[in-house]
Amino acid sequence: MAAALTLYRSTIGKKAIMAITGFIGYGFVILHMVGNLHIFEGPAEFNHYAEFLRTIGTPVLPERGLLWILRVVLLASVILHVTAAVQLTRLDWASRPQGYRQTKRKQATFASMTLRWGGIAIFFFLIYHLAHFTFGVGIPNFAGHESAYQNVVTGFSNPINVALYIVAVGALGMHLYHGVWSMFQTLGLNGARTDGFWRGLAALSGILLFLGFSTVPIAVITGVVR
Amino acid sequence: MNLTLHVWRQKNSRSEGRFETYQAKDIIPDMSFLEMLDVVNQELIMKGEEPIAFEHDCREGICGSCGMVINGYPHGGQKGTTACQLHMRHYKDGDTITIEPWRARAFPVLKDLIVDRSAFDRIIQSGGFISATTGVAQDANTVLVPKSNADAAMDAAACIGCGACVAACPNASAMLFTAAKISHLGLLPQGQPERYARVVQMVEQMDKEGFGGCTNIGECSAACPKEISLDVIARMNRDLLVATIKGGK
Repeated sequence: MAAALTLYRSTIGKKAIMAITGFIGYGFVILHMVGNLHIFEGPAEFNHYAEFLRTIGTPVLPERGLLWILRVVLLASVILHVTAAVQLTRLDWASRPQGYRQTKRKQATFASMTLRWGGIAIFFFLIYHLAHFTFGVGIPNFAGHESAYQNVVTGFSNPINVALYIVAVGALGMHLYHGVWSMFQTLGLNGARTDGFWRGLAALSGILLFLGFSTVPIAVITGVVR
Repeated sequence: MNLTLHVWRQKNSRSEGRFETYQAKDIIPDMSFLEMLDVVNQELIMKGEEPIAFEHDCREGICGSCGMVINGYPHGGQKGTTACQLHMRHYKDGDTITIEPWRARAFPVLKDLIVDRSAFDRIIQSGGFISATTGVAQDANTVLVPKSNADAAMDAAACIGCGACVAACPNASAMLFTAAKISHLGLLPQGQPERYARVVQMVEQMDKEGFGGCTNIGECSAACPKEISLDVIARMNRDLLVATIKGGK
């Protein structure tokens, strides 16, 4: 425990926390994206999937038991990820009190330089997204999880929502484009031989998750799903 | 060729600095960047003005003394090149060149383009050493080192401590420097006894000096005149995590 606290005090320790919690978030968004695609199987299948998420783990666990365990783990991950990010950002910004007149970059990418801003965008989107589809804010006749399919269709018949979601999943894609590779580098699981693989996985994850997540709102607004 | 220079001038660490404009006249393309500054300085001395202070020693690209941000790039941005090995043929007649010191909280400006890099020395003092037996030197091949480890250790040991990694990093982080030193010792059998204590101590000192954290952007490695790879940072991270599990021993 003492060693773990010493580790957390170091910049590398905070980064390790970001990598581990980021990995949990990465796993979650993959499952979330794949789950969303059930919408193409029609209302019965999609609502059945929504019900499955609530009863998974029964009868060993009470109904919604595993769901709540996962929610707590995810919430804790978000809190730790954001806290470490804020602490590191403050350190980073303090490390160069006087800047350059001219700065040119050779290796930086748009994704790596905007990681923090993308993270902030994702954070605010997360609040909006929970309000939208979990609590039904802005969805007329929101009917809870029993009519998950109808909620999605109503929610995405508004073009502003569709635009917001696509921008947000774009930010998520960019975040992962750098973040997934960064995760393995930070945890020391990278080396000359694995570098190309992790970078490829990161790029593929960012692109596939962006495409997978944007499919649903686009399908609703274009009338493919109704 | 004739050039216009915008150079950061600062009397000492306590005074406010500012950019001054100078004309570099009759520069020969075969001159190194530092020789070009020598010409400018000679003219300043003749006029009775204070010459531009910059650090230099070997002028062969191996000592790590020289270092300045030239047009936004540490050491001028030529691949694997220090400022002293940068040649004026990379510039055109009439160019304007901006020259600034390294910028980092941990590297305070002492004068003009000279910064205090003692923070690097303190990182080395905190753990960048090995225990060696005194007495008779042992036979050269007593301790066997796999070729791949020897090569990787040599690549890391190529670090000349110039500080370009810190200068190039958007977070003014010293991870590439610290990781290179940790890797070159940690890859060799002689570096094993202190391997995990070393990484804990050196990282702690690095953080204490006020360098930023790593966001894995890779500007350090791109600016490094010795082209040290980001792999060393992954190795340092791994060693630190293992050290934590082992309790730092």
